[in-house]
Amino acid sequence: MSSDYLKLEGVRFAYRDRQIIDGVDAQFLRGKVTALMGGSGSGKTTLLRLISGQVQAQQGSVQFDGAEITGLNRNDLYAVRRKMGMLFQHGALFTDLTVFENVAFPLREHTDLSNELIRDLVLMKLESVGLRGAAQLRTAQLSGGMARRVALARSIALDPPLLLYDEPFAGLDPISLGTVAQLIRKLNDALQATTILVTHDVPESFAIADYVYLLGKGKIIAQGTPSELKATTDPYARQFLNAEHDGPVSFHYPSASAEESYGLGSNLSSNLSSNTTKKP
Amino acid sequence: MINRLTNLGRASLDWASNMGYAARFFMRLCWSAVACLRRPRLLIDQIHFLGNYSLPVILVAGLFVGAVLALLGHYTLKSFGSEQVLGVLVAQSLIRELGPVVTSLLFVGRAGTSLTAEIGLMKAGEQLSAMEMMAVDPIDRVLAPRFLAGVIAVPLLSAMFMAVGIMGGYWVGVPLIGVDDGAFWSQMQASVDLWRDVGNGLLKSFVFGIVVTFVALYVGYEADPTPEGVSRATTRTVVIGSLATLGLDFLLTAVMFTSA
Repeated sequence: MSSDYLKLEGVRFAYRDRQIIDGVDAQFLRGKVTALMGGSGSGKTTLLRLISGQVQAQQGSVQFDGAEITGLNRNDLYAVRRKMGMLFQHGALFTDLTVFENVAFPLREHTDLSNELIRDLVLMKLESVGLRGAAQLRTAQLSGGMARRVALARSIALDPPLLLYDEPFAGLDPISLGTVAQLIRKLNDALQATTILVTHDVPESFAIADYVYLLGKGKIIAQGTPSELKATTDPYARQFLNAEHDGPVSFHYPSASAEESYGLGSNLSSNLSSNTTKKP
Repeated sequence: MINRLTNLGRASLDWASNMGYAARFFMRLCWSAVACLRRPRLLIDQIHFLGNYSLPVILVAGLFVGAVLALLGHYTLKSFGSEQVLGVLVAQSLIRELGPVVTSLLFVGRAGTSLTAEIGLMKAGEQLSAMEMMAVDPIDRVLAPRFLAGVIAVPLLSAMFMAVGIMGGYWVGVPLIGVDDGAFWSQMQASVDLWRDVGNGLLKSFVFGIVVTFVALYVGYEADPTPEGVSRATTRTVVIGSLATLGLDFLLTAVMFTSA
């Protein structure tokens, strides 16, 4: 059952002079949950955007279900995206629509199903995330966790074979976080989908992921099953997994020396000496 | 000196590039607007939002503009003993100039800013990206119905502005000042031409509708996805939309009415 569904080979992407993704090779298997982890600015969200075709790789290849994504025109890209479901970091629900209409949106846009059938499908999707009773609520009436679950229901509305999650745990309380994590796992197993989970939440993602890629400075610095990664000796991986405040990733952003920034240095010593000589 | 020339050259190239991009965007929007006729529900909702909700401000403004026009017109005409042509002055001013121009300016302030803010906030909230990820083009689904609705709504609002303005002028001119009722209407009827005056006035409104709705949508779509970006975009819509209305009005008036 497990076979390559999505494959990245030598992918590189730079924004102006800044290299964001620097030669990434990765594969994502059918029926598996794969976590892309790394600190802020490590390139994991950019990698997700490359996979979904929101930005184009400047080198290398992104193959999805046997087809190359890089360089597709708009119509072909949209055809590929119908096989993808994406959960955005803050849900990205349509604020002028109800919960029901948000989940119905992809069905209304891409199918000719009757209103009755759409109603049944939407209620089933909402049932799967535990929010059938919230169908008629406005999005402004939802808590952060509920909004994330509605967005989850919307992303699986067309039963896509590839599910992409961008920071699905960000800003959630522990109960909502656990609920969303379990939903991601269960939905993947039920749909036999390929799930890619971009996150920096170590315990929750290790609990549900089959495989983990750890990114740092645009490169994959460690990979393996969660248990393999726990045993890694790579210093960057150890700093990230153990949440150490200092290590290969410095606490301070690169800057000029403190003497230079505060205007001290040689002037300071000469001032001090002149002040000393003036004293009676 | 060289630096100044370099900066000037760079700014010119940027300007040309932006204009080219905006022109392509406009063509794309026009194409999508034609396609969106297949989904009349989206269009009707937007005409309701942009047109009906702008109606109160347009009607009230029209009434007062017509009333002030009659007051000032009577003051001037009286010195020439020509009070009887007050109806002509009010109608010609409203139909040829004030109706299209003031409606367009009010539309920019009332509906244009809301379009820019709505699109900008949808962008900032990743709603447009989410739509793209669902293989739904936001230009087709969100922008095109709003564009077409604006193009339809502005001439209709302008026609209502003109009608209510004439009523305001009548109300001040005839019952309050005492201009002859029959002269007010008959002079107006004799001198206002359906195609030359009303037709050109509505054609102006149609052009203004295209321009101001496009500006509002384009600026919102290109806004930086931050609170400051949306705020700046809303201001730009008012400035560009108003200046474009006034500039185009000069050109259109020169073409339409200078030989009359």
